[in-house]
Amino acid sequence: MSFPVLFGVLALLTIFGYYLGRSRALKTAGGQVRNLHSLPNYYGYYIGLWCAAPGFLLLVGWMALENTIMDSMLIANLPDSMSSLPAAELSLLLNDVKNLANGDIVSREVIDLDLKDAAAFYGQLLTTSKMLLTAILVAVTCGGILVARGRIAPDLRARNSVEKAAMAIMIICSTIAVLTTLGIILSLLFESLRFFQMVHPLDFVFGLEWSPQTALRKDQVGATGLFGAVPLLAGTMLISLIAMCVAAPVGLMAAIYMSEYAPTKVRGTVKPLLEILAGIPTVVYGFFAALTVAPFFRGLGLDFGLTISSESALAAGIVMGIMIIPFVSSLSDDVMSAVPQSLREGSYGLGATKSETIKQVILPAALPGIVGSILLGVSRAIGETMIVVMAAGLAANLTANPFEAVTTVTVQIVTLLVGDQEFDSAKTLAAFALGLILFCVTLVLNIIALTIVNKYREQYD
Amino acid sequence: MTDAAPIMNGPANGSLATRNSNDAVSRGLKRRYAAERRFKAYGILAIAFAMGMLGLLFTTIVSKAIPAFTQTMINLEITLYPQDIDPAGTRERQTLSSANYRKVIRQAFYDLFPDVTSRRDRRELFDMISPGAVYEIRDMVMANPNLIGERVVVQMPMSDDIDQLNKGQIRKDSPETERRVKDKQIAWFERLENRGLVETVFNTTFFTAGDSREPELAGIFGAAMGSLFTMLVTLLVSFPLAVASAIYLEEFAPVNKWTQTIEVNINNLAAVPSIVFGLLGLAVFINFFGMPRSAPVVGGLVLALMTLPTIIIAARSALKSVPPSIREAAYGLGASPLQVITHHVLPLAMPGILTGTIIGMAQALGETAPLLMIGMVAFIVDVPHGALDPATVLPVQIYLWADSPERAFVERTSAAICVLLAFLVIMNVGAVFLRKRFERKW
Amino acid sequence: MTPDMNQSIPQDTAGDSPVTQSQADAVKLKARNVKVFYGEKQALFDVNLDIKANEVTSLIGPSGCGKSTFLRSLNRMNDTIDICRVEGEISLDGQDIYDKNIDVVHLRARVGMVFQKPNPFPKSIFDNVAYGPRIHGLTNSNSELEGIVQTALEKAGLWNEVKDRLDQPGTGLSGGQQQRLCIARAVAVSPEVILMDEPCSALDPIATAKIEELIDELRENFTIVIVTHSMQQAARVSQRTAFFHLGYLVEEDDTEKMFTNPTDERTQGYITGRFG
Repeated sequence: MSFPVLFGVLALLTIFGYYLGRSRALKTAGGQVRNLHSLPNYYGYYIGLWCAAPGFLLLVGWMALENTIMDSMLIANLPDSMSSLPAAELSLLLNDVKNLANGDIVSREVIDLDLKDAAAFYGQLLTTSKMLLTAILVAVTCGGILVARGRIAPDLRARNSVEKAAMAIMIICSTIAVLTTLGIILSLLFESLRFFQMVHPLDFVFGLEWSPQTALRKDQVGATGLFGAVPLLAGTMLISLIAMCVAAPVGLMAAIYMSEYAPTKVRGTVKPLLEILAGIPTVVYGFFAALTVAPFFRGLGLDFGLTISSESALAAGIVMGIMIIPFVSSLSDDVMSAVPQSLREGSYGLGATKSETIKQVILPAALPGIVGSILLGVSRAIGETMIVVMAAGLAANLTANPFEAVTTVTVQIVTLLVGDQEFDSAKTLAAFALGLILFCVTLVLNIIALTIVNKYREQYD
Repeated sequence: MTDAAPIMNGPANGSLATRNSNDAVSRGLKRRYAAERRFKAYGILAIAFAMGMLGLLFTTIVSKAIPAFTQTMINLEITLYPQDIDPAGTRERQTLSSANYRKVIRQAFYDLFPDVTSRRDRRELFDMISPGAVYEIRDMVMANPNLIGERVVVQMPMSDDIDQLNKGQIRKDSPETERRVKDKQIAWFERLENRGLVETVFNTTFFTAGDSREPELAGIFGAAMGSLFTMLVTLLVSFPLAVASAIYLEEFAPVNKWTQTIEVNINNLAAVPSIVFGLLGLAVFINFFGMPRSAPVVGGLVLALMTLPTIIIAARSALKSVPPSIREAAYGLGASPLQVITHHVLPLAMPGILTGTIIGMAQALGETAPLLMIGMVAFIVDVPHGALDPATVLPVQIYLWADSPERAFVERTSAAICVLLAFLVIMNVGAVFLRKRFERKW
Repeated sequence: MTPDMNQSIPQDTAGDSPVTQSQADAVKLKARNVKVFYGEKQALFDVNLDIKANEVTSLIGPSGCGKSTFLRSLNRMNDTIDICRVEGEISLDGQDIYDKNIDVVHLRARVGMVFQKPNPFPKSIFDNVAYGPRIHGLTNSNSELEGIVQTALEKAGLWNEVKDRLDQPGTGLSGGQQQRLCIARAVAVSPEVILMDEPCSALDPIATAKIEELIDELRENFTIVIVTHSMQQAARVSQRTAFFHLGYLVEEDDTEKMFTNPTDERTQGYITGRFG
């Protein structure tokens, strides 16, 4: 039985447990709800939980570990000639075995007997695994129901137990976010450490050349590839800078206009329209940049006798800036609206004009919040992927010329990991090292920005 | 009430009593008002720029997308000779499926152009028809084997280049070397047109097919189903997790170091670049747990982790907006904390939570980068039937097509974007509607 | 755009020339049939009031009676509220301040305002006081500006307390000091009239006493209109008092007379504490 079916079975058993609990409780109480400690529902939930919790854990655990365990069993069962293959070929082989077992298309031309044996073994393994799982599931859930049923008595504090369990579930859920962060940090660190065993960290951080292609032969020149991240970091900074040159002034002025000048009606229309900009998928911006903006600048360059690459940092940066406008404007708008009205009145009362009030009173008062919003914008620019993947280049040029093609950290992560990959090569692991840099930089920016913004909020609360 | 004597006192009289800087103030006014107007104009300019770019983006994409919704077809009369298809006359599925339908079409085409004889010309002639035409006839014959031996008129798609020519995307007057259609092919096409065999129809393939290398056979249905399965997984995972953690953090959590850590962590997680989640998915779900690559279930899990903070933050603010008086009233009647939440607070907060969820799902629907990391970028022709089948999603399909060199893919990319944006608009309108419908003033 | 009625008056920021009796009698601000509306709701009904130069006029009355609304219409602060509409005539030195040709920025430079809650800008003490002179371009040099700031702070009785820390933020001062800073800020522009909207309501008694003392001193150079909740305060600081009730100006007279022998029953009722 497949996992969705098993989940369905679990759900049915749980519902059965619920009704069993209810009726059992009423029976023990002689049909009088008054005699029960808790409402009959809670006895239903009680049995339901005893059934669902272990069953759910079992299914999820099985699902997570099944593949790994079966793979190792399969490898152990392969003839030596196969199991001693290098990791990359072995994984290809396993894939074929699985495909063969499922009756799918297989990548190799000749299907030898060993492979067929392995496939048969795998198919058998698969059936055994599912049957075993079904058996254990039924045993565990029914066991749970029986145990819980035995405990039901009028004075069982079912509500308290159920609430305690609910609380525990909620606490577990709330830790998922922390676990995610932990997972990100650990996986990035772990893979990066493996990368740094192949490439020295200093070469990575300060190296001026990036050409990660690995050689075909071991003795070839540049067999290890060059992993100097400086051109990528410089490219990221160049594009982010261009983006912020668009997003910061436009976003800020738009926020000023909306919070200080715009009549309520205009504000009511313009604000959602601006937010549409934030809701457009980045892949759409990427397409727009590559299809419309980049050729436009190229043509413009030709008119002025400049060579502007069709993958120029300029086009990617400007489109990214457009994407970031609403992030800057909506947060800046919020912080400016939070500046107390009394400060505005104080300034108007002295005969200041609106723009004088804005420039000399409101902006200085809202400055921390505005800085925070711009920092968040920068963090978004650095982490943005699709626009640069589609509109910026792959060539790791170390240049500050916005008309040339540059590449960024995110572009390289995508290039290194998309397509066929051997998992242990420096090339693949380099992506995680780049990811680590990206994560650290954006994390620091976010923490600074959020701290500033929160401090600012407290000031006017 | 007033002593009206000095009503008529002149300005000079009144101003004598003051020693102020009227003069200086007056002198500066003109300059100050100019600055005021300038500043306001900058604001309007900024908004106009943003709106203009939004408008430009939409018009570019919509105008590029429109041609994709039609397809140039040819109504070709073919003869299904039994000796070509089923010489033995067994009508076995295997035979019918692997028969040489290419020959059938080719023959019909050569009959139309008896003057084309050279091998090269014949190949170019045949290139005008989509390779997909073969499958069209095969499916037709397999559905109704009685057609064998008949003469039938079949409508089949023409190749993407001819399609582009017909729609005017490839200009006939441009030099032959700069276009993908030969002069000869143009002439043949005009002959077909003159005989009334060419027809432009609504492009149903685009909405019903999976991906293909041939633009005229490519559709978004596969990607849309992939998106659907991915979103289902995302919703099923993130919604309960987010609501449970929001309730705990907002209603029960004691204020201490640990809960503060969780809070800071959630806020930061919301701003982590999406590609990092992709790396997490690759390292943990695929490499560590050995889950299948390219499967919506993995994509859904990654996107669920990504949208989790968004939904938690929205759910918390929705819970916060339920006034304490409701809770106090319920507690006053002896309800347990969990009963207060499930009976009173949660139903009142639900519209807000759902709004946040829709917005989070809309974000996830448009997300591309993390899915590239977990292999959802593969070229997949089949329409997925479940969350474990290899699949791609709409934004990734857009990315793949945007990368394709064929001109016809540009319009299909734009059309796919329109479809994606339509879904996003529907979701956001739903969110706005929900907010308006259940908006409560406490 | 602005009346050039003051062309003959030389720019002079330090005000120390004596005030003659005739000038003191002059009517500075004159309100005729003033009606104020917030959207559909009328907040003031036909108010007629003369405010004499170099006197302190206090506006009293129960909450919501329209006294603050009236005060804010004297320098058109109500303009900042979209739905607010003023009818009737208010003139400053005979010039209608709601006239199309009157510039509101210029008007507010002549009619300054101090608010209920001290609202120093998040800037240094010096910059707070220098703000008005700077935006209005009243000085050409730094030393001149420093002179203005010092004079203004001295007039507000704050100089000795802050002279050593002019570069520290104004928000760091105590409530009473902040309010005097706001008064200094208003004084620095050398307005003709200073409007005060319950300037002491957020302050403790000692700070209040200081501000009241200050108001009395400022009377010499400025015309002052003060809204207050406290009848004692009105009695202490003002020469004339106007009593507002439900949007109507019920009575106005010399303060002494108002508090000893009011004409209107409602005034009497309010003053003796029967409502309010």
